[in-house]
Amino acid sequence: MLSFRRKAMNAVMLSLTGVCTLVAVGVLLFILGYLFIHGGISLTWDFFTQLPKPVGEPGGGMANALLGSAKLLMIAMLIGVPIGFLGGVYLAEFGGSSFSFVVRYTTDLLNGVPSIVIGIFAYTLLVLPQKHFSTLSGGLALGVMMIPIAIRSSEDFLRAVPLSLREGSMALGASKARSILTVVIPAAKSGLITGIMLNLARVAGETAPLLFTSFSNRFWSPGWEQPTAALPVMIYTYAISPYADWHQQAWSAGFVLLMLVLAINITARAILSKGGHVAR
Amino acid sequence: MAAPSTPALDARPEGRASAFWQRLRSGDDIAYVITMTCAFTVLAVTALLVFELYLNSALPRQKFGWSFLATSVWDPVAGEFGALPFIYGTVVTSAVALILAVPLGVGAAIFLAELAPARISNALTFLIELLAAVPSVIYGLLGIFILVPGLISLEPAIRAVLGWTPLFSGPFYGVSMLSASVVLVVMIIPFIISISREVILAVPNEQREGALALGATRWESTWDVVLPFAKKGIMGSIFLALARSLGETMAVTMVIGNDPKIHGSLFAPGYSIAAVIANEFAEATDALHQGALIELALVLFGLTIVINGVARVLVLSTNTKGST
Repeated sequence: MLSFRRKAMNAVMLSLTGVCTLVAVGVLLFILGYLFIHGGISLTWDFFTQLPKPVGEPGGGMANALLGSAKLLMIAMLIGVPIGFLGGVYLAEFGGSSFSFVVRYTTDLLNGVPSIVIGIFAYTLLVLPQKHFSTLSGGLALGVMMIPIAIRSSEDFLRAVPLSLREGSMALGASKARSILTVVIPAAKSGLITGIMLNLARVAGETAPLLFTSFSNRFWSPGWEQPTAALPVMIYTYAISPYADWHQQAWSAGFVLLMLVLAINITARAILSKGGHVAR
Repeated sequence: MAAPSTPALDARPEGRASAFWQRLRSGDDIAYVITMTCAFTVLAVTALLVFELYLNSALPRQKFGWSFLATSVWDPVAGEFGALPFIYGTVVTSAVALILAVPLGVGAAIFLAELAPARISNALTFLIELLAAVPSVIYGLLGIFILVPGLISLEPAIRAVLGWTPLFSGPFYGVSMLSASVVLVVMIIPFIISISREVILAVPNEQREGALALGATRWESTWDVVLPFAKKGIMGSIFLALARSLGETMAVTMVIGNDPKIHGSLFAPGYSIAAVIANEFAEATDALHQGALIELALVLFGLTIVINGVARVLVLSTNTKGST
């Protein structure tokens, strides 16, 4: 017979784990709900079309920051996705040696490097020699951040393609490179796209590495060689400013950024669950 | 480049040159070289990163030596730089965050892996993983405008219960090491939950069945059998969370108070390594100041590399064990 003590212990501890879950999920949902309401209310169309107004003048938007973020992400993708994707192809298709082990381990280490340290890296590579902040250096910082995740996610999704597909292709006389290109990669397509999208969503919200690479700008930033505003950096500067008007703008910007990140995340996961790991 | 329109059959693989072209045409070697170069880039980037940090922090390293890590004066105007207050703030906020987050996170992971029906568990995990994707600057925004005022109104209650310890003494202005720790808790909990849940799910069912068959209660089977089995992986998730909180910049910078002094009380403001870099780097004009900040980045890098390395080893060792 179970003693009362053990039964009680069982009930109490198991309910406690339930409480933990409730607290974790509840707190997180509460703050996000607050952001939705608080940020969503003050969002106006001007936010997407206007430049920031000087302190004291009401209105204005963050159109330049939206464009700046888009440009930064474009550079980041051009740097991070090819290197990461092809590196992942190497690990999944040609790997197996101790060299792959070293690459994998280093990838994980690079992935764990704090984003602000990556920012300093980009600073020493581009800003220091050029002696000015630029869109390019910000994009470089974000691109470096994308590489490790791109490698690991593409390796994982390529590995999930069954060996029989590769064997079938090679039995028909295709070379290894041709099998990879025409059979393995198409089969892993939805996973690869998901990986890139999630990666993009992660760096889209990065602020720390941009503070001293792309810096900030209250105006449009033509070309690639000038400092540029970015949405996350704007949220930071506006939130720590002493002006109530700017705080409101920070909430709106936070709302827009969060919607963007969550939308990419949800779409990416939907693609994955629809396509499955392996398309037909 | 290749001979004009030679059909493959006519190509005579005589001599090394044509054999080389033959292999190139099949593309395998090209693919190998290109993809390997990209994989190698990771090593090159990481090496370059360490090299640049080391090179650009030469000035303070020569001037202060190891005492950089042990002195606590930070005065850019006088050219005095000591890293101790930042190391202290970083370690204390992360440690307090872990103390609060681990029981909550592991408890929730147990619930999701052992108790909740699969559908509910999956839905909640999806939600929790979305929360892990929320940018840190947004947590900072919420920290400034919700958490800090919230803590100020909670202050009398905290003081009434814990005020007798030196950890909760002194004046409280809202921005403090306590606020930074609480923001970190919210940020690292999703990681602890989702990794620990996976590790617990990987524990073979025979272990649970064995314990239950011997008459254990559900909780006893979880606590005495499943958790010890998953221990290493859970430790790994904790170390990963620790590495994240050590390097966390924006959210901490926005609520920690940015005061480069060592205070014993969690109610007092503090400063973290990442926060001081974020605040001062863009304005650091003289070489020594900038070098000192880069050396701080090097310290932070070293710290996270060690913690991450430990975490990987722990997570890897359970994954291989759990699957057999």
